[in-house]
Amino acid sequence: MIPDFKQAIPVDQIGVEERVARFRTRSIKKESKLFALKLALQMVDLTTLEGMDSPGKVRQLCDKAMYPYEADPDIPKVAAICVYPNRVRLAAGVLKGSGIHVASVATSFPSGMGTLESRIDEVKYAVDEGADEIDMVISRWAFLKGEYDYVFDEIAAIKEACGPAHLKVILETGELETYENVRKASDIAIYAGADFIKTSTGKISPAATMPVTLVMLYAIRDYYLKTGSKIGMKPAGGIRDAKTALHYLVMVKETLGADWLTPDLFRFGASSLANDLLMQIIKQKTGHYQSPDYFSIG
Amino acid sequence: MSNRLNVLKTCKLYIGGKFSRSESEHYFQALDKKQKPLANLCRASRKDLRNAIQAARKAQADWAGRTAYNRGQILYRMAEMMEGRRDQFIAELERAASSKRRAENEVDLAIDRLVHYAGWTDKYPALFSSVNPVASPHFNFSIPEPTGVVGIVAPDDHALAGLVSLIAPVIAGGNSCVVLSSEKLGSIACTLAEVIHSSDVPGGVVNVLTGFRDELVPHLSSHMDVNAVLCAADDPGQKKTIQENAHLNVKRVHFYDGTDWMKEGAQSPYYIMDFQEIKTTWHPVGT
Amino acid sequence: MSEKELTARQNLHFDELWAYDPAPESPDHVKIEEQYNLFIDGKFQEPAGGRYFETINPANETLLSRVARADRSDLDKAVAAARKAYDGVWSKMPAKERGKYIYRIARLLQERAREFAILESMDTGKPIRESRDVDIPIVIAHFFYYAGWADKLKYAFPGVDPRPLGVAGQIIPWNFPLLMAAWKIAPALATGNTVVIKPASSTPLTLLKLGELIRDAGLPAGVVNIVTGPGEIGSAIANHPGIDKIAFTGSTEIGRTIQEASLRTGKKYTLELGGKAANIVFDDAPVEEAVEGIVNGIFFNQGHVCCAGSRLLVQEGVADELVHKLKMRMETLILGDPLDKNTDIGAINSKGQLDSILGYLTDGVESGLQIYQTKCDLPENGFWCPPTLVENVSQAHRIVQEEVFGPVLTIQTFRTPEEAVSLANNTPYGLSGGVWTDKGSKIFKVGKGIRAGVIWANTFNKFDPTSPFGGYKESGMGREGGIHGLLPYLEISQ
Repeated sequence: MIPDFKQAIPVDQIGVEERVARFRTRSIKKESKLFALKLALQMVDLTTLEGMDSPGKVRQLCDKAMYPYEADPDIPKVAAICVYPNRVRLAAGVLKGSGIHVASVATSFPSGMGTLESRIDEVKYAVDEGADEIDMVISRWAFLKGEYDYVFDEIAAIKEACGPAHLKVILETGELETYENVRKASDIAIYAGADFIKTSTGKISPAATMPVTLVMLYAIRDYYLKTGSKIGMKPAGGIRDAKTALHYLVMVKETLGADWLTPDLFRFGASSLANDLLMQIIKQKTGHYQSPDYFSIG
Repeated sequence: MSNRLNVLKTCKLYIGGKFSRSESEHYFQALDKKQKPLANLCRASRKDLRNAIQAARKAQADWAGRTAYNRGQILYRMAEMMEGRRDQFIAELERAASSKRRAENEVDLAIDRLVHYAGWTDKYPALFSSVNPVASPHFNFSIPEPTGVVGIVAPDDHALAGLVSLIAPVIAGGNSCVVLSSEKLGSIACTLAEVIHSSDVPGGVVNVLTGFRDELVPHLSSHMDVNAVLCAADDPGQKKTIQENAHLNVKRVHFYDGTDWMKEGAQSPYYIMDFQEIKTTWHPVGT
Repeated sequence: MSEKELTARQNLHFDELWAYDPAPESPDHVKIEEQYNLFIDGKFQEPAGGRYFETINPANETLLSRVARADRSDLDKAVAAARKAYDGVWSKMPAKERGKYIYRIARLLQERAREFAILESMDTGKPIRESRDVDIPIVIAHFFYYAGWADKLKYAFPGVDPRPLGVAGQIIPWNFPLLMAAWKIAPALATGNTVVIKPASSTPLTLLKLGELIRDAGLPAGVVNIVTGPGEIGSAIANHPGIDKIAFTGSTEIGRTIQEASLRTGKKYTLELGGKAANIVFDDAPVEEAVEGIVNGIFFNQGHVCCAGSRLLVQEGVADELVHKLKMRMETLILGDPLDKNTDIGAINSKGQLDSILGYLTDGVESGLQIYQTKCDLPENGFWCPPTLVENVSQAHRIVQEEVFGPVLTIQTFRTPEEAVSLANNTPYGLSGGVWTDKGSKIFKVGKGIRAGVIWANTFNKFDPTSPFGGYKESGMGREGGIHGLLPYLEISQ
């Protein structure tokens, strides 16, 4: 049963932020740290979304995705790379057989201000080019105007256009501003067919934050408790260091449990995070603090 | 000198807004300053006390729930009614215990004191409340609220000024009370009860008992539904009883013996605050 | 939510795949003496009787130190020292200088915060997360706050000439040893009184360390005196003719005797006593944050909190969802070594307290109550009680009426705001209450209806030096904290 989105689900901002502060007090040491660092690396959607993304740049990113740290065979690969639609074919070709997913932002990323037809066409194009994950943006203007059905319907239409590809719905929480809006947009996306919900495009500040992500995790949890279906979560933008990533994992573990500690259900949309995770992994293994000079840039 | 026979009044107890005789049907006689019979007074029993406390409890929440403006108006109304009975109070006081000049002083002071406290009802909270700048994203404020049911043991000196000085701050602050009046000057308390009765004070907010305080103080001070006791009587035995019993339900206790109620300074918002509790409320500030 | 949807609820798995490795805070740099003497007249002095008692770590039952057992003559000495300091130095000192001494204590504490936090956790069993993030920071803030009042009292009480009382006798409990000491000492000193203070016999160490700090701060001798010993010393303080004011925090049972003694001996007194707070959750509440507030309300400090939200009152429409989520949240609480940074639930403070808590639970089981506890392994040594819910109780049960003072939450449902308020008030206590609803006007109405000194709306167990704290009814009288916390230490002319 689809809820009435006009009805807000109350969220207390300070309470959410206090809960997050408590996750941040978790101290992750030793083996549990190494485990989490490697897990986090496997959850990275290695991302480049720039107007200057040449084929050469995207190729380098794909190589980095497959060989994050070739010197150590124990180091896992990342989950996916995330590019614009016109670089999907290239990426899919390079990554073929690697098990690394190709995600593409579509739907007039990052503003979403194209016509619905053109956005659907873009999705179909990206899927045809080989993307198996689509990261769409919602029409924030419609959401903020209270036209929740419009947002619901556009997501549903794009989900249909995705065909077999997984759909991640970007809420652009930095523009929604309040946690109650974030919660509502999460519910709309989930009920309209999202496989993942995602915080941000990375083009707006603030991008992903832990409190916003927690509110989205609560939406995912409520949906699971009600239906038994598991929706994935992807915070994106602003997560640059391993310590922050581990705090996110603590939050996921203590909110949704171990089932969500998998790239199938949790991703980090990030670029520089991967190398910090690698540095920390090698630090854990060798006991020596690391220098960026020893880690390839993507 | 007329041959007309005076109609003598038997003073009743004032419980729950009604004048009633003691359920025990016991009486005692109060004497005037010349040791002549002044009035017949009910000798309240512990059951009368219990009933009075029940009435006070029943009335308290509604009284506290009235607006401060309304409580102020009602206290002012009491002053108006007393002013109307000024001559009666002067005559009673003079006959019972005083000179005419002193009686006039006392009545005037009692009326003015009511006016004083009438003006406090909507002001003391502003003086004793605070908004507290806590070091977290919360709005935090503290306000006074009435303690509840207050037992008042009235003084024997300056019975009228004393009574008014005790009752006014207690009820100005939204409490209800049960008054054990002076034994020898109980008739003044009865007349005051008549003023209260005719002043829009809701029944039960002020209950006035006459009787032998030694019999009543033990029950008042040990009653588990009385939140506070105010003792202005200079009686070591009664004070001791209160000291020994108050802890049974952690009653607030204030002893005002030794206070000269005729002094201008015997009025202050701190008397109101003696029967107030501070409530602090926290709420997050967020969107 | 329909019955069908309820039954469709899925379980989540919190304890699998990834467990946190131990992350203990090292106690290495905390110096604990083998033996502590009484802090009287600026010096640590041996007790007259030469006797000592032991204080242990409740998490492993190891001996921490031996502490002087004061007798009546030691107390006399402490009171005399406090009187001498009051007459000779403290009452004559310019108020701003007094304030500067208190500031100095605050600063020194700040520098040594972690050391005090670790010691507090060792002596009480509370998690380091709490002693580090709650107890000690508020201790410091309290000294800072009241230091500033010292030279401003005439603005707090204009026209009534506020004056100190003399010697304050202070008796504090074992649940927040240093925090309660700060709540007592800081306002007493700021208002110009001198102090004789007694910690609980199971948790004397941080206060004794504060004594060292006060000595090192150069506070004039005798301004603060610390006497350690059994309950009889507390009673002797309450009855002591040389003491002008009593400040007590502890059980209502002991509080009654303190009140009686204070009244009999004509002392001013303030009491912070027990509680049995209702935490009321309406069906329009922010549920996830309410769950967190319930957890903070009852499992903070193992429930050894007088203002703990020990009675959950939940509106019927949201009860199933809320309790389900509460149970899930409880699964993520980590019980164990108090010094581990990840520990949420530490040790019960003493064997006696554990027995008392277990007694309530045993009685509950016998009377057919439904008791839910999280599955967690309890350490072999020490005193432990897992987070516990008692469901489907009613007002008639003893566990609903009496203060358990442990990690035990009773759950009742209600239908209307009026019913919630009457359930909340159906207790001799009146210390605190919680209200959870998204509707502002309901908060004010229900908050006003609850007869208690602290109302937490959409939050719980928050403390701040600027915020007055204290009870209605049998939860005590007088306030600690804020401007209202000054008056109990002052005499005024009306």
